[in-house]
Amino acid sequence: MAFNSADIGAFKNVWVFCEQRQGVMMPTTFELISEGRKLANELGVELCGILLGDNVEGIAAELGEYGADKVYVYESPLLKDYTTDGYTKVIVEAVEELKPEVLLFGASNIGRDLAPRCAARLHTGLCADCTHLDIDMPNYKGFLKEASTLPEERIEKLGTVKIAGQDHDVSRDLKMTRPAFGGHLMASIICPRFRPAMATVRPGVMKRRECKKDVEIIKPAFALAASDIQTEVTETVKAAKKLVDLIGADFIVSVGRGISKDVEGGIKLAEELAEVLGGVVGSSRACVDAGWISADHQVGQTGKTVHPKVYVALGISGAIQHKAGMQDSECIIAVNKNESAPIFEVADYGIVGDLFKVVPELIESIKAAKAAK
Amino acid sequence: MKILVTVKQVPDTSGKVAVNPDGTLNRASMQTIINPDDLNAVEAALALKDELGCKVVAFTMGPPPAEGMLRELMAMGVDEGVLVTAREFGGSDTYATSQILAAAIGTYGVEADDVILAGRQAIDGDTAQVGPQIAEKLHLPQVSYAGEITKEDNALTVKRMLEDGYMTIKVKTPCLVTCVKELNAPRYMNIRGILDAYQQPMTVMTYETLKDHPLIDKETIGLEGSPTNILTSFTPPQKGAGMMLSGADKATTDQLAGILAEKHII
Repeated sequence: MAFNSADIGAFKNVWVFCEQRQGVMMPTTFELISEGRKLANELGVELCGILLGDNVEGIAAELGEYGADKVYVYESPLLKDYTTDGYTKVIVEAVEELKPEVLLFGASNIGRDLAPRCAARLHTGLCADCTHLDIDMPNYKGFLKEASTLPEERIEKLGTVKIAGQDHDVSRDLKMTRPAFGGHLMASIICPRFRPAMATVRPGVMKRRECKKDVEIIKPAFALAASDIQTEVTETVKAAKKLVDLIGADFIVSVGRGISKDVEGGIKLAEELAEVLGGVVGSSRACVDAGWISADHQVGQTGKTVHPKVYVALGISGAIQHKAGMQDSECIIAVNKNESAPIFEVADYGIVGDLFKVVPELIESIKAAKAAK
Repeated sequence: MKILVTVKQVPDTSGKVAVNPDGTLNRASMQTIINPDDLNAVEAALALKDELGCKVVAFTMGPPPAEGMLRELMAMGVDEGVLVTAREFGGSDTYATSQILAAAIGTYGVEADDVILAGRQAIDGDTAQVGPQIAEKLHLPQVSYAGEITKEDNALTVKRMLEDGYMTIKVKTPCLVTCVKELNAPRYMNIRGILDAYQQPMTVMTYETLKDHPLIDKETIGLEGSPTNILTSFTPPQKGAGMMLSGADKATTDQLAGILAEKHII
């Protein structure tokens, strides 16, 4: 029978696309497996990984540590390098045969290339760059009570949407929440009429949780020929410089436009403070756009989303796009000359002053406080 | 050979944004601009035009005032504009939007040595989905996140940016490429272009124009045809005010370090 994405009852299980590069699993994959486990439990179904590559079976077992019941492994020399055509064909045909009801991808440059292509071929909906996922309605309502300014009676009334004039019950739909309009609004999206419900999920947002399962590795037969792939990857180059690990950092000291009068000196101060704290240096988009610091340091809507123990914002005004990437940090310290800078709205501790004067003193104070312990 | 560029008029989310009490966006409060990444796609198209002398056609889907944006692009050097506009197209999600734009591009015609360029993503939705989905609907290969594009005969070599490096990809035309801001610096409008902008051809494609195209079906376009629906939209609560430390001297930083140590944060 032909595949029909509207035959909702035929679909079951939660799938996660397990992105690997050069045979190494991307860290986001484990975050997605943990999140997928939660959704599978709420639906009462299995969690399956789908892993594509060449000689990658050996990295599949670790997915069981985070809650995968099964991993479907597709190996071929043609899948060694990521290609849109090759990966789309294998994933779409696997979905058509095995019919998962939820399919998650990491919102990496590869996930965001692959997922839309798969969704368009499968004729189903896709929600980009999600930061929160729910199935269970009470959990979803609890999330809205915490994370939104919606009145409680409006939250309690949620439960159905009008689809072609009919009330549709959303209790088994994947509720995919994401920032929109540069973070000014949040929206929860559903895909009520088609399956699988597909989402790309922002790296660094979902928490990795250990949950040991006896994972079953399955290697289904599949068809892929060189002629199916219309692009040729002639080289893959890793950045020579070691990239800063913002997502894994406990302490981040970020710089903004406020360092403009002495860019080198400002970055040096941030590095010194980061070193004293045992952290790394981040930045606002303005500094990346100005060419002062490389893009891997960028925090915000178009950069990384971070939640360190301490986020220090130096000379960052706090545009909503920047706040979207750091406001969930456990403790935020802001130093800015302008007392009405929006960064102070999210700061736990604010100092109004010149960062070039304040930061050297702060470094000394922290050194002294640490030495006194 | 020609280059087809897809562009979108978007609210300027970097400026002041007002949200209505019901959680929707107050669009009247916002300026509209040409989506920034799309300007990089237009610049890439114009650079290829400078080099190869090909025609550049800009496509947009939106309400009739989006014509003004196409005229601005003509003032930069775009040769022709196609405005895709109809009530039936309103409320489309990325899937439905790409169906409609693919139908418009298909109706206009894609030839063997043509290139379709798009911006990486639009700042209102930030989805990055419409480019790849247009390519899928037109059965064309795609390369997203292009940081460099060179064309030789009927093939492109594209530096495809990754978070931790890049890939070099060869692809035959016709194909679709999405562009990132690192690709180039968009040029400004020029006097000659501004004078000529209103002489350049503008095609309007409505539902009537496209309704017989195989991709256009009431079931797959507009609000009704979109696979995704918005369940709810909302604004996050403002975090409670933090503690502003008075002064900016050593006593202030000592106070802060003391608090952090006391709370075992450092």
